[in-house]
Amino acid sequence: MSRLIDPWGRPRWLKLTTWFYIAWSLLPVLAAIVFSFNDGRSRSVWQGFSTRWWWGDPNLSVFHDPIYTNALVHSLELAALDMLIATPLGFLLAIGLSRWRGRGSGSANFLMLVPLTTPELAMAVSLLLVFTQLTIIPFTWIALGTTAQVIGQVTFSVSYVVVIVRSRLASLGPEYEEAARDLGASARQSLQHVLLPLLLPAAFASTLIVFALSIDDFVVTQYMSAGGETVTIPMLLYANARGAATTPALNAVATIMVLVTLIGVGGAYLVLRWFGHRSGDKDAAGQMGMDLTGME
Amino acid sequence: MRNEGSIWRSLSIPGVVWLFLFVVVPAYAVVAVAMGQIDSLLQPVPQWNPIDWNVGFVKEAFTSVVPGGTYWPATRNTIVFVAVTVFLCFAIGYPVAYYVARKAGRWKGLLLLLIFLPFWVSYLMRMLAWIGLLAPDGYVNVVLGWIGFGHTEWLSGNPYSVIAALTYGYIPYFILPVYAGLDRIDQRLLEASRDLGASPIRSFFRVTLPLSWPSILAGSVLIVLPMFGDYYTNDLISGSPHTNMLGNSVNLLVQGGSQKNLGAAMVLVLMTILAIGMLYYLWETKRQQEKLAS
Repeated sequence: MSRLIDPWGRPRWLKLTTWFYIAWSLLPVLAAIVFSFNDGRSRSVWQGFSTRWWWGDPNLSVFHDPIYTNALVHSLELAALDMLIATPLGFLLAIGLSRWRGRGSGSANFLMLVPLTTPELAMAVSLLLVFTQLTIIPFTWIALGTTAQVIGQVTFSVSYVVVIVRSRLASLGPEYEEAARDLGASARQSLQHVLLPLLLPAAFASTLIVFALSIDDFVVTQYMSAGGETVTIPMLLYANARGAATTPALNAVATIMVLVTLIGVGGAYLVLRWFGHRSGDKDAAGQMGMDLTGME
Repeated sequence: MRNEGSIWRSLSIPGVVWLFLFVVVPAYAVVAVAMGQIDSLLQPVPQWNPIDWNVGFVKEAFTSVVPGGTYWPATRNTIVFVAVTVFLCFAIGYPVAYYVARKAGRWKGLLLLLIFLPFWVSYLMRMLAWIGLLAPDGYVNVVLGWIGFGHTEWLSGNPYSVIAALTYGYIPYFILPVYAGLDRIDQRLLEASRDLGASPIRSFFRVTLPLSWPSILAGSVLIVLPMFGDYYTNDLISGSPHTNMLGNSVNLLVQGGSQKNLGAAMVLVLMTILAIGMLYYLWETKRQQEKLAS
């Protein structure tokens, strides 16, 4: 039957294209990871295997050179703060927006989408100008540096949390809540005893996504930064990727960033899958992937 | 009842206040700086009161992006690079999305995982990977040398490298919505078209392709938006002003220092261009939905 409705017959060239695409999208990254183990200083010519850029070299390796360790620590610090602020903010906003019908709800929905539909550069420029030019409270309290970086990251992370939590809300449907209401629960009770427990896995998953978004963010983090103390790993990559003096330690730090991100996303996936199994929702793998990329 | 509705609003309030402070007010700050003055130390003096707005910088920005203006090369590069990248994303991405959605069979789970993976490798890491490969002594030149190609400088102002890097960077964001769109198409529609005597090729062009058109548009919007603010791809892969895009111009004006007013005005130009594009997108999606409904 599928032969009958498929215009391309045996999809040999489609299969070839797909595997070629996958190789093309992943092998260069793999090569960059392999080069972090290069024995020489080059990041483009293989000179044998060593771990000198990871921990071997007492001054220049990732775990010894303060440029790299500081960036690692600062990246993790920003990610932790972003998670702590963006997740509750976005979680409440998602629940609120999904039920709130009335004056203001339309503009609130629109506002939530703005960070997802403007180039990050426009957001970064606007935040930079407001923090450096506007001389009224609360903006005078905010200096460039860690505070501004966290605010910038939270501002775009919130939208992702809202998207993830709302898509879970939509897949739950109104039945649970209606049942609770029919049994005499107030809106507050049904929220507290029915919706919140059901949404907890989505909240946890979005926390991990925020972590990954924060670790990978470059534009806003760079615009909000203030000197050496506030450099993150992506900022190091941008500043040094083309430097002639840069060693494979840069590849090593990039590898760490990739691993940390994948651990976060993998954790989010496992949480959602565990949740899906419990609720008997087996065909949700694709949807979960969508959720994890923050796309609707 | 009145009391119950207000729960939902009060849950939204912290998030809405946050977005107001850090999305709406900053957007107004861009306008205030673009419409402001510049002091003797070349620092911007924002004008918060619309009555006293100075349109000089905005005029300058809008006239600089048309043919003959200072930033016309950047505008031209942006248009050409973005158009070619979207085309390449479609040419490569559509077959991939089609295969994974329709033909992958038991491999579907694994393939999905593999096409999701690049999402979670930082964009800059993926650029770093190509910097290593495209280096003068890198593997790209080595392999091209085997088949008789001469030595090529890929990383100094080469527009082809920039387009390739943009395609590499943004294609996952295109494939995903297209995959989702293709996956949603009801197989019975295709069976119906075959039953009614359409050839397989004809069914593809008359059923599958039109039904996936909205997701192709969505994927294109998703990659066009960030490309208009992209300066890092160019800085990393080319590093030469010849391949500058609008994002580079904005970044240089704002972060470079002394021309923040013009930089803010350029952001307004950028947003105007994108707003026109978005309006077309919304109009086109609405038209598609009406067509499907009738």
